Amino acid sequence: MIKLVNVNKSFGSLHVLKDVNLEVAEGEKLVIIGPSGSGKSTTVRCMNFLEEPTSGEVYIDGVKLTHKNKTEVVRNSTAMVFQQFNLYPHMTVLENLTLAPIKLQKVPKHEAEELAFKYLDIVGLREKASVYPSTLSGGQQQRVAIARALCSRAKIILFDEPTSALDPETVQEVLDVMIKLSQENITMVVVTHEMGFARQVADRVIFMDDGRILEEGSPEHFFENPTEERTKAFLSKILK
Amino acid sequence: MIQQIMEPWRWQMLFAEWPKFLKAFGITLEISVLALALALVLGVIFGLMSTSHNPLLRIIARVYVEFFQNTPLAIQVFFVFYALPYASIVLSQVTIGILCVGIYTGAYMSEAVRAGIGSIPKGQFEAAASQGFTYIQTMMLIVLPQTIKIILPPMVNQMVNLIKNTSIVTMIAGGDLMYRANAYATNDVMSYGPSYLLCGALYFVLCFPLTTWARRYEARLKNRDVITNTKKDKVEEVAA
Repeated sequence: MIKLVNVNKSFGSLHVLKDVNLEVAEGEKLVIIGPSGSGKSTTVRCMNFLEEPTSGEVYIDGVKLTHKNKTEVVRNSTAMVFQQFNLYPHMTVLENLTLAPIKLQKVPKHEAEELAFKYLDIVGLREKASVYPSTLSGGQQQRVAIARALCSRAKIILFDEPTSALDPETVQEVLDVMIKLSQENITMVVVTHEMGFARQVADRVIFMDDGRILEEGSPEHFFENPTEERTKAFLSKILK
Repeated sequence: MIQQIMEPWRWQMLFAEWPKFLKAFGITLEISVLALALALVLGVIFGLMSTSHNPLLRIIARVYVEFFQNTPLAIQVFFVFYALPYASIVLSQVTIGILCVGIYTGAYMSEAVRAGIGSIPKGQFEAAASQGFTYIQTMMLIVLPQTIKIILPPMVNQMVNLIKNTSIVTMIAGGDLMYRANAYATNDVMSYGPSYLLCGALYFVLCFPLTTWARRYEARLKNRDVITNTKKDKVEEVAA
């Protein structure tokens, strides 16, 4: 479903990703963990070309992403949930959800709204359809953002630290939605520090450090007997 | 002048000429409306160009803005009126007024648009890209609508300046309001007092509703979140 081949990314003289090779199967739930600055966000942002790799290749559903085709491939195959939610503040919740289906997928308005309400039900926010995002709490905004991602009916949803900007008491409501989502046949790539979530949902966990994939394996492997010293040190700090 | 405006016969004479003033008012209105439409279109186009990733587009926008901001409108008008006929381009005074005032104000408007686009958080562009919107769609559907709240005050200043600046065509005998007032003021009885007073009042009639509307619209946009909040409170009250 997603394939990264020898992906390198540099920002100026800063070499952020170093020969990252990674494959994600259809329907797989992949969790990427690692210390800040390890390149995990950049990795997931390369998957929809928000960052274009300096070298290397990214394939989505067998199609090689290029600067030219990225808009079309991204439109048809991927959606993203951001740390800062990035809802459109000048639109109501319902308009946020229906904008892309109406303008990009050319879905008739009433159908798009039906779809939006279906996903608002899933995230438990049907009654907020007509309000503006700024009136919602962080957790509610992130649930709307997840509903927006679902409305695109993308096969791949990328989560870039979806709970890192939330108040501690609203983190769980977002995680609950993501856990619910993980039962669907959607390919999920999640960058997170929520180890409980990783343990519960992930098919596979990747640990990144200094722009490289240092270790990968099942959640059991990770949380019971990680092999790399660096992974152990990181996990012991974060699992305290 | 004070003495003049106390003399009723001067006003009687002036209002006998009212149809001519009304016609001149119509010409000023025509130049204003069409120049405004032109300025808005140019402002958006060059504002978008100045924030584009293409350096050539940015340079073109820069040259346009610097050229028209840093030379007097009067010289631009004289150039078009006196020089272009040598290139067999002869335009009516009204057309010259529309083009010159529109292009001149467009330069200022594009600066306002540029500043507005610059104030929109990067996350908005990324959210749009992650949904597969093209650059133009991103600007038209997501970014520009959000800039309205920010650029409305400077834009309205420019609109009012535009209306007042249409009086420049007086210098090429454009038949506009200022020209009519001037002509009447220097007639055989030299009634400049009433003439200029009426003229000023008519410009005021054009500009004042615009600034009033803008102030109200701005307040409404700023209150929008608050309004949905109170709506929400009402719903909750009913529910309780």
